[in-house]
Amino acid sequence: MGSFLLSLTIFFPFLFGIPLLLFNREKEVIAKSYAFVISLLVLVMAVFLLLNFEPGQGIQFKHVALEAWLGEDVDVKYVVGLDGISVLLFVFSALVFAMVILGTWTSVQKNVREHLFFLLTLETCILGIFAALDLFLYYIFWEAMLIPMYFLIGMWGKANRAFAATKFFVYMLTASLIMLIGVIYIGICGADLNGGMFTTDYQKLLLLDLPFSIQAILFWFFGISFLAKAPLFPLHTWLPEVYAESPVSAVVTGVLLKMATYALMRFNVGLFPQACAYFSTLMVVLSIVSIIYGAAIASVQKEMRLVLAYSSISHLGFLTLGIFAFTEEAMQGAILQMVNHGLSTGLLFMLVGFLYERRKTDRLTDYGGLKKVMPLGAMFFTIAMLSSVGLPGLNGFVGEFLILVGAFNSPILQNGTFAVLGAIGVILSVVYMLPMFQKIFLGELTSDDNRRLSDLNLRESAVAVVFVMLIVWIGIAPNPFLKLSEKSTASMIEKVQQNSSLSVK
Amino acid sequence: MTLHDLLLALPITFATFWTILLIVVEATAKRAQLTFSLTSIGFLILIVMMLFSNEQGYAFGEMLRLSPYSQFANFVFALSGLLVLTLSQSYLAKENIHFGEYYLIVFMATLGMMLMACAAHLVVLFIGLEIMSIALYVLAGMRRKDPRANEAAMKYFLLGAFSSGFFLYGISLIYGATGEMTLFKIGIYLQENGATSLFWIGLSLMMVGFLFKISAVPFHQWTPDVYEGAPTPSTALMSTASKAAAFTALITLALNVSSQTDKNSNWTVALSTVAVLTMVVGNIAALSQENLKRILAFSSIAHAGYMLVGIVAGNDAGYSAVLYYTLVYSLMNIGAFGVIALVEQHRKLTNASDYAGLFKEKPLLAGVMALFMLSLIGIPPFGGFIGKYKLFAAAIEAGFSWLAVVGVLASAVSAYYYLRVVIFMFMRESREENQFTDVALSPTLVLIALLVFLLGIFPTGMLRFAGEAMKFALNSFH
Repeated sequence: MGSFLLSLTIFFPFLFGIPLLLFNREKEVIAKSYAFVISLLVLVMAVFLLLNFEPGQGIQFKHVALEAWLGEDVDVKYVVGLDGISVLLFVFSALVFAMVILGTWTSVQKNVREHLFFLLTLETCILGIFAALDLFLYYIFWEAMLIPMYFLIGMWGKANRAFAATKFFVYMLTASLIMLIGVIYIGICGADLNGGMFTTDYQKLLLLDLPFSIQAILFWFFGISFLAKAPLFPLHTWLPEVYAESPVSAVVTGVLLKMATYALMRFNVGLFPQACAYFSTLMVVLSIVSIIYGAAIASVQKEMRLVLAYSSISHLGFLTLGIFAFTEEAMQGAILQMVNHGLSTGLLFMLVGFLYERRKTDRLTDYGGLKKVMPLGAMFFTIAMLSSVGLPGLNGFVGEFLILVGAFNSPILQNGTFAVLGAIGVILSVVYMLPMFQKIFLGELTSDDNRRLSDLNLRESAVAVVFVMLIVWIGIAPNPFLKLSEKSTASMIEKVQQNSSLSVK
Repeated sequence: MTLHDLLLALPITFATFWTILLIVVEATAKRAQLTFSLTSIGFLILIVMMLFSNEQGYAFGEMLRLSPYSQFANFVFALSGLLVLTLSQSYLAKENIHFGEYYLIVFMATLGMMLMACAAHLVVLFIGLEIMSIALYVLAGMRRKDPRANEAAMKYFLLGAFSSGFFLYGISLIYGATGEMTLFKIGIYLQENGATSLFWIGLSLMMVGFLFKISAVPFHQWTPDVYEGAPTPSTALMSTASKAAAFTALITLALNVSSQTDKNSNWTVALSTVAVLTMVVGNIAALSQENLKRILAFSSIAHAGYMLVGIVAGNDAGYSAVLYYTLVYSLMNIGAFGVIALVEQHRKLTNASDYAGLFKEKPLLAGVMALFMLSLIGIPPFGGFIGKYKLFAAAIEAGFSWLAVVGVLASAVSAYYYLRVVIFMFMRESREENQFTDVALSPTLVLIALLVFLLGIFPTGMLRFAGEAMKFALNSFH
């Protein structure tokens, strides 16, 4: 039952998104309500899966179909399942999509049904990415995701949207095609284990003991694709444009970027532990550079979305730091922080989107003193901001704290400096967040346009409340969330540490 | 010639008699609509025959060889022919060249292709090639009163005739070197006696002929001009089925001489150089094109390069990947040309930028075109992805990882020009209102789009068909 439900959850949004295209173009409300109901149903199914998830056991709800998909002589099939690493992100993605459909209710005005169709298609791809347990299947979701993203940026963005969409597409396509070579290569290596038959079955490949030289090459073939999407410095150049143009930035931060760090954990750490241990210092250095560089650039931006875009680069650096520190705390922190960042920055993007919808501008200097006309907006913004800078008691603190502690104690990094440098990034986040808040909400109401702004309405508040509730919940009681990933991370860390002792000494 | 031969080679015999029937009907009745219907029926019968027959063996004294291999290839040709036919009718009427001969010649070209796929003897191969080529020269010049079409036909004819000359000369040299014209006997001779330099020269000359037909670099210069000048539906046939035919025959030849080519590193070096050049030149030249037919012409050069990667790999997987690719590629390219044929309207709207605002007026047509473009890039979940995946996987398996890397980088470049079309259709406003009002979406296009999508999600059946086909091709001379 559970296994079939998982597949149903994945394909539900796409299959039920198709009828949207047949809806009457004029009756937008019907299309919107329909799409929202669909996304809620997906969320319900995802939560049902979460409630039935047993934290102590490995992969669950496994569903296998389409055996011999590409012919009898290659072992490529449809396999999906959830484990401690993916289950939380899976459910969180379902939540974000429901919230985004609600949050962008009025911001999209033309081609509404197509917009909703592409959103739901994107949801299918992303849920598939988190559940896929076959590298070939994973790759299909990973690359198919470009199609809805491309249209979402290109059709509903701002003036420069076509350029941003093409840049994003070509950037990601190049990176993922290199990964395709890696998938084929590891599939050929996997033939040794599988009775001479090419295989991309993740669980079979986990048993593979590749020589270090091959691991090192494959690490980068896979890694380039993930790091570009994460994005880690220096592969981050697509991100500001996409954020600036896209009306669905919240989706991008909420889930899109997490797929990359998730994939890094699942595939690079899982399949190439020795190479991961070997490259961990390099990766951590790149993470630190991203943290500080992103924060520094964010602090001089003049547009709201760009501040958040660069802050995301900074935050993503924490995730990779947590992954490549290879301690249980750090990795669990990284998993939790993926959700946290999605919550805090996702909410910030939503709020910025609400402001943009009212005022049609992103420039910080156009705002000021909004606290007086938008008290609710200011309150939610404050909470999201505090969560983002890591105030104890809110979710951001838990994740960042775990990551930094883990990095400090990491036997592989053997050096506390990285943790200290990372902590500087936390301080820097205050440097760009507080001024932004100040410029938007504090001070005098200078222009008439601002004076006329209305506060968040019921729908917008509802979206914000859902996010805030989760922010506080994870902040106060993170344990149930951490428990989900405990076992999976522990086994993964163990594997890397065994291998690192082999490779370092 | 016995009854047994005629029955064994039923697809060929049928196609030949049907061609004669069409000639007679067209000459006496002179009704384009009637010829159209009869040709369609002919194609339909062929398709059904290909799906259900499983005859195999040599016919007409080792001249023709019928096997699942030729069956798969003929299936691709007949399907392409039928699709092109259904897309042609309204185009021809609009261009005022609605002649029954058009359909008849399309059918004749297909007969040539089928002969190429079934050929077990070099002379039959040549006859097939010529029947196909001459039919295509005529199709290219169908728009008699248009100077561009005349230029296209003349260019294609002169260069094509030249390359046929090379091909024929190559055949004669191979005959001189081995004393055989039957493919499997050449194979046996080579295994027993090895190859002389005379043989290598002959083989190289034959390769020139093949590379010309698939428009591989450096034999590609004719492609953009001919594709642009020819009536769009026949361009679709030229760029798909005729390439598929050349690849099918090339694989047959390559298999029979593999005992020598496997040992000779020059062969691999030369072929992989051509493959790399074809992929790179095709994709980069397409970047700067404005005319959509020229963009697709360069894209078809690039796709020939991808398919050559499968030939370079030279293994079972590589060849069956090429077969599968010919099918997917034919579908998506015929689809794309089909859209062009609909939108062109007396060739006013030929540039990519002319498609601005298509989505707003004809959302389904724009969606179908976007699907073809994405599939041509090789994005899952469309058929083009599976085809490319199979090709590159075969190359990596055969130890040509670098070739696969060049291939994927080239296809990343290609994304740029395919997406330009999508940008114009979806993200730009049209210059005039109601530019596309008399463009009616043909159901054939929707069907093709559906097939491309299905071949991407459930490729299993067709991959098996292609794989089976290869098993029989390999047994050809044992």
